[in-house]
Amino acid sequence: MRLTPIPDAGLGVPPVPRPAAEPQDLLFEVENLKVHFATDDGLVRAVDGVTFGIPRAKTVCIVGESGSGKSITGRSLMNLLPHTARIVDGHVLYHPEPGRTIDIGKLDPRGKPIRALRGKDVSFISQEPMAALSPVHTIGQQMVPVISRHLKLGRREATERAAAMLARVGIPKPAERLGSYPFEFSGGMRQRVCIALALSCRPKLVIADEPTTALDVTTQANIIDLLVELQEESGLSILFITHDLGVVAEVASDVVVMYLGKVVERGSVEEIFHDPRHPYTRALLRSVPRLGAGRDTRLAAIRGMVPSPFDRPKGCDFHPRCDFAIAGTCDVTAPPDVALGGSRSVRCVLPEAIRPPVQRAETPPSSTQRTLRHG
Amino acid sequence: MTDATATGGLSPPRRKLVELGQWGLIYRRFRKHKLAYWSGFIVLAIYAVALFAEFVAPYSSDRYNPRYIYSPPQMLKMFGRDQNGDLALLYVNGYKVELDPVALQRRFVIDESRVYPVGFFVKGEPYHLFGLIPAERHLIGPVDPDAPMYLWGTDRLGRDLLSRTIHGTRISMSIGLVGVTISLVLGILLGGISGYYGGWADQAVQRTIDFLKSIPTIPLWMGLAAAIPDRMDPLLVYFWITVILSLIGWTDLARVVRGRFLSLKTEDFVMAARLDGCSRQRVIWHHMVPSFTSHIVASVTLAIPAMILAETSLSFLGIGLKPPVVSWGVLLKDAQSLLALTQAPWLFLPGIPVVVAVLALNFLGDGIRDAADPYS
Amino acid sequence: MWRFIAHRVVYTALTLAAVSLVSFLIIQLPPGDFLTSLAGKMAEQGGDLDSASLAGLKARYGLDQPWYIQYWRWITGILLHGDFGQSFEWNKPVSELLWDRMGMTLLLSLVTLIVTWMLALPIGIYSAVRRYSLLDYVVTFLGFIGLAIPSFLLSLALMYILSRYAGMSVGGLFSPAYVNAPWSWAKLVDLAAHLWLPVLILSTSGTAALIRVMRANLIDELHKPYVQTARANGLGEMELLFKYPVRVALNPFVSTIGWVLPHLFSGAVIVSVVLSLPTAGPLLLSALLAQDMYLAGSFILILSALTVIGTLLSDLLLAWLDPRVRYQ
Ligand SMILES: Nc1ncnc2c1ncn2[C@@H]1O[C@H](COP(=O)(O)OP(=O)(O)OP(=O)(O)O)[C@@H](O)[C@H]1O
Ligand SMILES: [Mg+2]
Repeated sequence: MRLTPIPDAGLGVPPVPRPAAEPQDLLFEVENLKVHFATDDGLVRAVDGVTFGIPRAKTVCIVGESGSGKSITGRSLMNLLPHTARIVDGHVLYHPEPGRTIDIGKLDPRGKPIRALRGKDVSFISQEPMAALSPVHTIGQQMVPVISRHLKLGRREATERAAAMLARVGIPKPAERLGSYPFEFSGGMRQRVCIALALSCRPKLVIADEPTTALDVTTQANIIDLLVELQEESGLSILFITHDLGVVAEVASDVVVMYLGKVVERGSVEEIFHDPRHPYTRALLRSVPRLGAGRDTRLAAIRGMVPSPFDRPKGCDFHPRCDFAIAGTCDVTAPPDVALGGSRSVRCVLPEAIRPPVQRAETPPSSTQRTLRHG
Repeated sequence: MTDATATGGLSPPRRKLVELGQWGLIYRRFRKHKLAYWSGFIVLAIYAVALFAEFVAPYSSDRYNPRYIYSPPQMLKMFGRDQNGDLALLYVNGYKVELDPVALQRRFVIDESRVYPVGFFVKGEPYHLFGLIPAERHLIGPVDPDAPMYLWGTDRLGRDLLSRTIHGTRISMSIGLVGVTISLVLGILLGGISGYYGGWADQAVQRTIDFLKSIPTIPLWMGLAAAIPDRMDPLLVYFWITVILSLIGWTDLARVVRGRFLSLKTEDFVMAARLDGCSRQRVIWHHMVPSFTSHIVASVTLAIPAMILAETSLSFLGIGLKPPVVSWGVLLKDAQSLLALTQAPWLFLPGIPVVVAVLALNFLGDGIRDAADPYS
Repeated sequence: MWRFIAHRVVYTALTLAAVSLVSFLIIQLPPGDFLTSLAGKMAEQGGDLDSASLAGLKARYGLDQPWYIQYWRWITGILLHGDFGQSFEWNKPVSELLWDRMGMTLLLSLVTLIVTWMLALPIGIYSAVRRYSLLDYVVTFLGFIGLAIPSFLLSLALMYILSRYAGMSVGGLFSPAYVNAPWSWAKLVDLAAHLWLPVLILSTSGTAALIRVMRANLIDELHKPYVQTARANGLGEMELLFKYPVRVALNPFVSTIGWVLPHLFSGAVIVSVVLSLPTAGPLLLSALLAQDMYLAGSFILILSALTVIGTLLSDLLLAWLDPRVRYQ
């Protein structure tokens, strides 16, 4: 088949230039985070030295194929990991306001301090709106206690706030709907309820883990628009985890590309879309169809398959699938993380990947225009 | 690109498993389940005993000796000297009669001074293996065929409880098998109809199942079993009891079959087979049945112990199988009165194989089910 | 909700009709009609049934009529006059024998049900939350044993142990002094002192089964996203456990009443026979052995009807607990 040239991958929505964030204005800093699972079959390094930052009132997207450790990274931000997982190294630093720092990775995951943050400072929107709410409790029974706990409100006020939140996310007759059960809502409506719940205590960060995968295309668009709107209103930060590059182009200010538990490239959305450096990032962008960029496009088109976490390839994790892999180098030593200035970094040894950034990426570098043959 | 999409998002080890095939996969998971795996061997052993009962048991089931009524179990001992001073590798002690001073009753106690050598593959009562092959060797028995060897004691007629329990294995274990076979046929038939055709057929079968499940089984079984005439041929009684037991046993199997049918109906290969123009029969027997055999095997394994318990309970109450048929339940009926028990507590012993068989079958069935469907 | 209730009630009524048919069938099963056996019995005892009373009985039960008329007479007799027929073994109307015994069966079963729940619920929750802990293993193991030992064997074993090593006489529900005494506090205490053993035996296998049900359900629920949501909203583990997953896992647990009840009544019959308790069990057994079919059929009818009604109650309870059932 014919392959499209890599840059400006013909997305339906061209990325809007956004100014890169000031480095000191970070809400969250993740430094060299390592999360390991002890399973029956061996150790899984689900997150293996991840570093990135979330600026205040901005959206950071994590993209990558299934199993790359996106969800686990996201969950680490509220120290809410499966009980077989351990944060073995690194820091998750939270700055409620500039100058104050809480190391979330060091808090007891069951202790009071972290629980006071969950739902209040950091909240979570799950991938499965159908199952994210208890089926035998009304929406009100699930929202009101959370609100009254975190915002120290009485029952009346908390109920009022819950209704107001439902109204804000576009649920008609909110006061009545508080008495409804989740199964009485449609999927899209249920995700709206989840968003209302997540935002009800005015969090500073919302982690949205593929919030739209389970929904149909129009609903997806509505939900994304709602999130962007709410963000502009309240100035919250969003960590958006997704497979969908169309959504990334629409919402992200910064992008983190993950592969097998490592960050292979990160930078502003502009940089990633106009000047992708890592072969993996380029392959991802290439896999988006040229026309009618559907939001439901999956990243399944990269040659080969994600290796099992139990037998990682030697050297660079990506080299067996990389079209540019240098024999004798890429299959021997793991590439270092190369900082390219600003929030930009890439984990690769290829010269064209680590050359200094071009100021205005109007014309893509010629080397990447090569048409590649697929196996 | 096509290769990546065809195998979905499976990582290499998962793909390897796919290539192993359904049965290979199930077996691998089953092997990991240690308890189930060893229970499987125990179940096999029990069925082997049932098959070769005449050979395994020292005596026939009806051989009695009025000289040894209610004699207690003997210990199998090693290295003793018999009357002639010859060395006996294995032996049992004899009995002597003692007068209980309180109850003023005669009873047997072990007489350490007597030594009866015991051997393997000894000649004993002649029998026909499988009812055909004449033989007279027994797995274990006294070297002198007339010497008393009662490892589990004797009952009120002086019959060897161990031999009777071994012979009872055949009836008790086979009633489970036969009953489950009948249940299985009913279950697959009705469950299949229910799941495959849906609609009113499904409704009818489902309501019947609900109904049967809402009747307390023991009273119902009792009512039906009591209607079996007293003087009926034991073989026919056996048959009717199994039929009565499976009348209720099929419901669970039917549920499993129906559930499987429903989930399979929508799956692609059935559709594909249909589009290929296969007949309904063919779709059912060649595509759907093999794909859920593992579940059926698990459910069957779990249904057998229930049958065994049911037979045992009915026979114990005196309305199931009756002497001269020997089953574990029939044997346990002798332990019914407290008086008998205080005099001869070993009459409990046939309860051991019941518990062992039921446990082993349960473990085995659980293991198969887990292996067949690790996600449920 | 009302639709649901109406639906269940109609369905229960139909089931009850079917149950009565089966019971009638059982009454009819033994060869010959009951008058033959009655006449046989009278002859045995040296008496004789004069042809006038024979004809009277024949007319009353419609024995010369087709079976559905016989059934109709039988069932209307029960429904309209509480007339369950005549027990030939006891020479009394069945209804005089029935109710005391059924009361005791019901008492025994209800107490067992409560004990079973009180044990199974916390243990099941514990072994789901602390999966693979020592107690989980112990409970699982005991559960398997509990399921594998037939209740009559357990009764016999306990009876033997108690009488042999504790010198207790077991059996019955009352000491001889109280059997015919009117109800009093002392009689109640005496009842409790006798009731614990059958309750213990009967609850063993039920508890074992219910622990497994509760454990499996709760383990399923613990992995559901809504539990994560609750955690992500800062709920503590304990608070969360009881507010959400336990609450959801309770529903399938409640619906187990549907099969626990038949199971209990079945078990109660056997255990009562072994321990000679004055419940329905021993009387049913002796009626069956003597082919005293009106008595036996009535017991089967009432026992089955009770389970069907119990199932209805558990369905309604479930609907009350689970909105999904209520609104469907
Ligand atoms: N509970 C767990 N036990 C063991 N390993 C786990 C567990 N959860 C995740 N993992 C492993 O951690 C790695 C990363 O998982 P994660 O869920 O973060 O991936 P992901 O990028 O979110 O993928 P997806 O797009 O499918 O959601 C995977 O390789 C997975 O095998
Ligand atoms: Mg994920």
